[in-house]
Amino acid sequence: MTTAQAAAQTAAIGGQLATFWLDGDLYGVEVAHVQEVLKSQGLTRVPLAPAAVAGLINLRGQVVTAIELRERLGRPPRPEGTDAVVIVVRLHGEAVSLLVDAIADVVDVDPADFEAPPDTLDGAGRELIRGAFKLDGHLLLALDVHKAVSA
Amino acid sequence: MDGLDDIVEEFLVESHENLDQLDTDLVALEQEPDSRERLSSIFRTIHTIKGTSGFLAFHRLEEVTHVGENMLSRLRDGALELTPQRTSVLLRMVDTVRSLLASIEASGGEGSVDVSAVVAEISAAMEDTPAAAAPNPAAEPVPAVAEPAEAVVEVAEVVEAPTAEAPVEPAAVAEAPAPVAEAPAPVAEAPAVPVVPAPRPAPAAEAAPEPEAVADGGSGQARRGVADSTIRVDVDLLDELMLLVGELVLTRNQIVQYVGRSNDTDLVRASQRLNLIASELQEGVMKTRMQPIDHIWSKLPRVVRDLGLQLQKSIRLEMEGRDTELDKTLLEAVKDPLTHLVRNSVDHGVEDAETRIRVGKPAEGVLTLRAKHESGQVVVEVADDGAGIDPARVGAKAVERGLITQEALGRMNPQDVLQLIFLPGFSTAARVTNVSGRGVGMDVVKTNIESIGGTIEVESVPGKGTCTRLRIPLTLAIVPALTVECAGDRYAIPQISLQELVSLDAEKAANAVEEVGGAPVYRLRGELLPLVRLTDVLGLTSDRHDGHVVIAVLRSEGRRFGLVVDRVINTEEIVVKAVGGQLKAIGLYSGATVLGDGTVALILDVQALARRALRTETSERQESREAALQAAATDAERQRMLLAAIGGGRRVAIPLDTVTRLEQVRTESVEKVGNREVVQYRGAILPIVRLDRHLGAYGESDREVLEVIVYSDHGRSVAIVVEEILDIVDGEAAVRSDIDDMGLLGSAVLGDKVTELLDVRAAILAADPAFYSTLPAALTPLTPDGVPASLLEASL
Repeated sequence: MTTAQAAAQTAAIGGQLATFWLDGDLYGVEVAHVQEVLKSQGLTRVPLAPAAVAGLINLRGQVVTAIELRERLGRPPRPEGTDAVVIVVRLHGEAVSLLVDAIADVVDVDPADFEAPPDTLDGAGRELIRGAFKLDGHLLLALDVHKAVSA
Repeated sequence: MDGLDDIVEEFLVESHENLDQLDTDLVALEQEPDSRERLSSIFRTIHTIKGTSGFLAFHRLEEVTHVGENMLSRLRDGALELTPQRTSVLLRMVDTVRSLLASIEASGGEGSVDVSAVVAEISAAMEDTPAAAAPNPAAEPVPAVAEPAEAVVEVAEVVEAPTAEAPVEPAAVAEAPAPVAEAPAPVAEAPAVPVVPAPRPAPAAEAAPEPEAVADGGSGQARRGVADSTIRVDVDLLDELMLLVGELVLTRNQIVQYVGRSNDTDLVRASQRLNLIASELQEGVMKTRMQPIDHIWSKLPRVVRDLGLQLQKSIRLEMEGRDTELDKTLLEAVKDPLTHLVRNSVDHGVEDAETRIRVGKPAEGVLTLRAKHESGQVVVEVADDGAGIDPARVGAKAVERGLITQEALGRMNPQDVLQLIFLPGFSTAARVTNVSGRGVGMDVVKTNIESIGGTIEVESVPGKGTCTRLRIPLTLAIVPALTVECAGDRYAIPQISLQELVSLDAEKAANAVEEVGGAPVYRLRGELLPLVRLTDVLGLTSDRHDGHVVIAVLRSEGRRFGLVVDRVINTEEIVVKAVGGQLKAIGLYSGATVLGDGTVALILDVQALARRALRTETSERQESREAALQAAATDAERQRMLLAAIGGGRRVAIPLDTVTRLEQVRTESVEKVGNREVVQYRGAILPIVRLDRHLGAYGESDREVLEVIVYSDHGRSVAIVVEEILDIVDGEAAVRSDIDDMGLLGSAVLGDKVTELLDVRAAILAADPAFYSTLPAALTPLTPDGVPASLLEASL
């Protein structure tokens, strides 16, 4: 896939991205999908669920599935003693939450800075990354939210 | 149903619904006159009414709809153009149709509704003479008869009012502003038909004692009172309210829990009040959604009658508890399964008159529908007095279809065998009749019932009849549940499947939990209860190490099993929340809920749990049995044995896999058939062999209660009477001698004592010489004579 094609395909993701840190990398999801960001929550584990399902969260009386994004992206588990941050996204009317390391700013991105996923990305993560925005100093990886939650 | 023919009644209900849509359609049509779709829909509605009214000999109705249809068809074909004036004419036609329907509903006849004006109007509108004649005739009839129309409105509304349903249908009548002349007149003309109740709710009106007088035609004043006391409410709004009440209940649970730790008496009092009010509110809101089950039952007499005619069976339908109420959503959900069960009973259950007379039953079959509230559930039964279902045949068929192994079948009691009819793949389309067997099997019925959190089981006495019992929760949103702890997490188990709780301390558990073929069982009042450890199912490790065993005895699909959990926490009302797709796919959780302290707990799907755990258990057991068989080839001594005392200090060992069940039988219930002793057991006659006599021991014979080992195979059972059940031991270390005696295979040292090994086959033959001799289907003593095999086959 050429850069131009990729950019055309994902042109819609230009605009504002809510960004967060995960295992030293900066990721972004479309602001429109994000419902809210919460501090670490009590999780109820779900035996026999796929590994990426970290558990269930009580979101003001609503039961929301939490996806461990580190697991999903094939990264090592979060170090002991550090709490995850919960990003609640709403897709097709259903709320799902993503566990990430830390939340960062909302960033305006320019589709012109967009490039296909860098070749250095490994298999597990590559599937879920739509591409990278070249920001000053570092890369912002655009997460495919829909794929990320379909664990 | 009184007064109105079923057909007319259905026609009215349907037409009212259609007419509401028609109004909307016609107005919308004005906005987009080119919508072919809307025109077709309108055309279809009118066409249907026309067809049926012709068939039912409502000639004026037919006349109106006929001209209306003509006009619509020309509009649809584009021969005419839709003008506002034509729309008005069509709307007036709809009004006239409504008036006629109202009159039919109120009196059974068309009354004196005049249709000629409308007919003329429509005919005129069809000619291309715009606005010439139309306005005049149009203006007249409407105001002239507006008042009598009101009268009809009230009759209809009142009749509907006593039911819980917001009067949706009569509202259609209420809007009718068009000519209905003197409504009372037709009543007088047809004295046999007093005030004819609006179609469906009539039985409810009969059942509710208070409104009865009203429904039977009380004074106009009284009617108005009832009519004014009901309003229409959108079901969506009720759903919304129900959700909010669910949230309230949750919050209430949390507050009650927090306050429980507080010493502030005012706060405690306030929270108690909140508790009370929330419960009452919950009950109240639930009531708004309740409808009598008669709403779905009222269609069934027709189904039974038509089907009976078609199959040339004479069947009487009896209904008990038709005013039993349940949630509207649930009502909708049980409608199809219930209809299916009724059809099934008529088709397969009840025999034809000839057969019935031959077996000494009245020629007329009776199908009974029963509904009642029972411990927070609605129990609905469909019972017939037909041929019944023979467990032996069910079992044989299940084995033939590969749904279950012969060994597993041998261990099941007849009641459990019957439940096999709910297995997918049990009823295939081998025998397709017009009536049933069209691929909608009992498994579908079961799935439907389970999808609303209900359960289904079947009971049958061959020759006497079959009873299918549905247990349905009152509502879906809020369910009473047991919360348990397992490996540090809490889970909710819906009360509907919970039968009892057993708690064993370490010492007791060590003795009471035994192993049968590698699977843990608990002897619950003599019956072997298979145990399933929740930790095993969920792949977790229990954090309970003190040896205590807590067993939740659950029922699923007519089978009982014990779920071993770490701790029982509480019973509380939980609000069921859907879980995301990822978790549904696991197939063990029916949802999740938020507990009093705010944590999320998974709700266990007991049916799925049973299916998963018991099936794997069975296959594991089979594997272990196969392994045991192989082992037996090299080492015949490896076997688990049931030890029993037979009197005179003698001990007998019986291989455990030949034991189906342990029972106690009162001595006085032992009866004689010829020179054999028998006992009635679960609707069958069980031959008895007294092991002491069989083996020549001298036991006490004057005991009040007999300890009985039941052995079943191919649907046949015998009872082996022993003095006392002693133990279950592993026969591995046994030392055998071949001191041979009558009825014994030899003896061995088991549990440090010399124990005789029972020749089970000989003992069984002593009780029932025919036990092994013939094929099960032909010999089963449970099968009544005179019931043709084909019927039995069909009733599976």
